[in-house]
Formats: sequence, structure tokens, C-alpha cells
Amino acid sequence: MADIRGVETLMSVTYDIAARDFVRAGEAANKLKRLLQQLGLDPAVIRRAAIAAYEAEMNVVIHSYGGQMKVDITPETIEILCQDSGPGIPDIEQALQEGYSTASEEIREMGFGAGMGLPNIQRSADQFQIESTVGQGTTLHVTILHEAGE
Amino acid sequence: MKLAEVLEALSLAVDDPEMHNKEVEGGYCSDLLSDVMAKAAARSIWVTNQVHPNVVAVASLIDAAAVIIAGGMKPEEETVKKAEELGIPLFSTDLTAFDVVGRLYALGLRGKSRNG
Ligand SMILES: Nc1ncnc2c1ncn2[C@@H]1O[C@H](COP(=O)(O)OP(=O)(O)O)[C@@H](O)[C@H]1O
Ligand SMILES: [Mg+2]
Repeated sequence: MADIRGVETLMSVTYDIAARDFVRAGEAANKLKRLLQQLGLDPAVIRRAAIAAYEAEMNVVIHSYGGQMKVDITPETIEILCQDSGPGIPDIEQALQEGYSTASEEIREMGFGAGMGLPNIQRSADQFQIESTVGQGTTLHVTILHEAGE
Repeated sequence: MKLAEVLEALSLAVDDPEMHNKEVEGGYCSDLLSDVMAKAAARSIWVTNQVHPNVVAVASLIDAAAVIIAGGMKPEEETVKKAEELGIPLFSTDLTAFDVVGRLYALGLRGKSRNG
């Protein structure tokens, strides 16, 4: 099948992400990681995809009302599209700053809310796009190239 | 080094031979999940005081050799269940994180982060 950009998709998977479910949080990223391992991709590429997927998933769990992560694997790329319904991000530039977090004290005590999620996604991504509408939700689009490696 | 050596140094007992043979290449100590996710190298021993199930999700994502919960904290029930499900060796000890790391360092294990 061909998607809107005309790129052949090898595989497409969608994972649901529930808000505030800290028992299941991280399952989407782990399922994706196992799939990428089964496809025999380079461990460094898998790690970068795992970081991006984990941080995107945790942001949906912590900061939104719930969402979905859709992953397309093409011959050249891993495309992660993470969409949620939620409060959105009023100032994206500020949200992207290392250390900036609106997470509660309770969340921070669990070791989340270090404000490293979005910066880590950016570092792991070959392409990174974030769009957010206050009062509606946030969409994150991450592209990771198979060959770029570390 | 094998996980068996690490467990012995921490006086932790398991009788799963598969676990004993697990290869350990280094260690990482942090309670910030994003920090561990970004930096800890694969096949490391992860020493933490966090006890909730997301620890296991992260350990699995980074291919941790094992998780040691230090300082007398006990893993939550869901954490233990998830560790079994995902095949992550999970231990807890009364030793503080400082002492766990000290013992592992004395064994010859070194801190290892992903980008050297
Ligand atoms: N999906 C999202 N919905 C709403 N706000 C978000 C979302 N993702 C990130 N944010 C906002 O951006 C901030 C920074 O995100 P991040 O870098 O992942 O750090 P952290 O999650 O540790 O706070 C968050 O504290 C939050 O205010
Ligand atoms: Mg985050």
C-alpha cells in the first residue's frame, strides 16, 4: 500500500494509549521495539525509535486525556505519529526547552517530569514536528532513518 | 561478566540458571526515567530507588541486564508481575544505591552510557 506521500509502507501498526495508566505506560513503546527487533533493524536505530516512542507515549499518559500512536515502517524510515486529545501546549518553544515541565510533584516523585522528554525525542529523530491546539490536543511526528544509525 | 557474579556480590540469591548466565557489561544509577532511557547502555545493571511498573517498561526498552531496587524499597506488585512477563531480572536490597554501586565497582563493573 502507498500512503499520501507516495512512499511504500512495509508495515503499519497503531497502539492506543490511555491517560494516567501507569501500569500499562510504556507498553506501546515496548511492542514497537519488539516489532523492530523482529524486522532485524539496527540496534542503534531501534534504540532511537524506542526513546522517541517511549517519551511520546509518556507525554500522552501524563499530559493528555489519551491518544494513539501510529507507526509506519517504510524501506527507509520509521515514522511515528502520536496524536492525543488533551489540553495541548500553549507555548511549544518553551515546552521544547530542556528541563521545562508542568508535571505535578506526585509525577516527579515517580521519576517523570524531568523536562527531558521532548528534547530527547528531538535528539533521537532525523525529522521532528510538533503541532498543538490549546483545548484540543497535540500531534507529534517523528521520522527516524534506518541508515543514519547513531 | 555474568549476572551470577553481580548477584553474589550483593548477596542476592536466585536459582534460575538462565538468569545466572546473563551477560552484564556495565552499570547505570538514576531515578529519572528519561535520563535512563536516553543514556543507559544496553546490558547494564540499573540501580534505582523507583518501585513502580514503568521501571520495568524502561528496563525492557534499554535491554537492561537487571534492575536492582536499592535502599530497602520494595517493588510494587504490578512491577514484579511485569518483570516476570517481560523477562527482566528484578531484585531489591536493603543496601543503599551508593553501596550497591560501590560493590559492583569493586567487582570491576563500570558506568556505561549509550554514547560512550
Ligand atoms: N502531549 C502533550 N499534551 C500536553 N502537554 C504536553 C504534551 N507533551 C508535552 N507537553 C508539555 O510539554 C512539557 C515538556 O514535555 P517533556 O519535555 O516531555 O517533559 P516532561 O514530560 O518531563 O514534563 C510538559 O511538561 C507539558 O507541559
Ligand atoms: Mg515527557
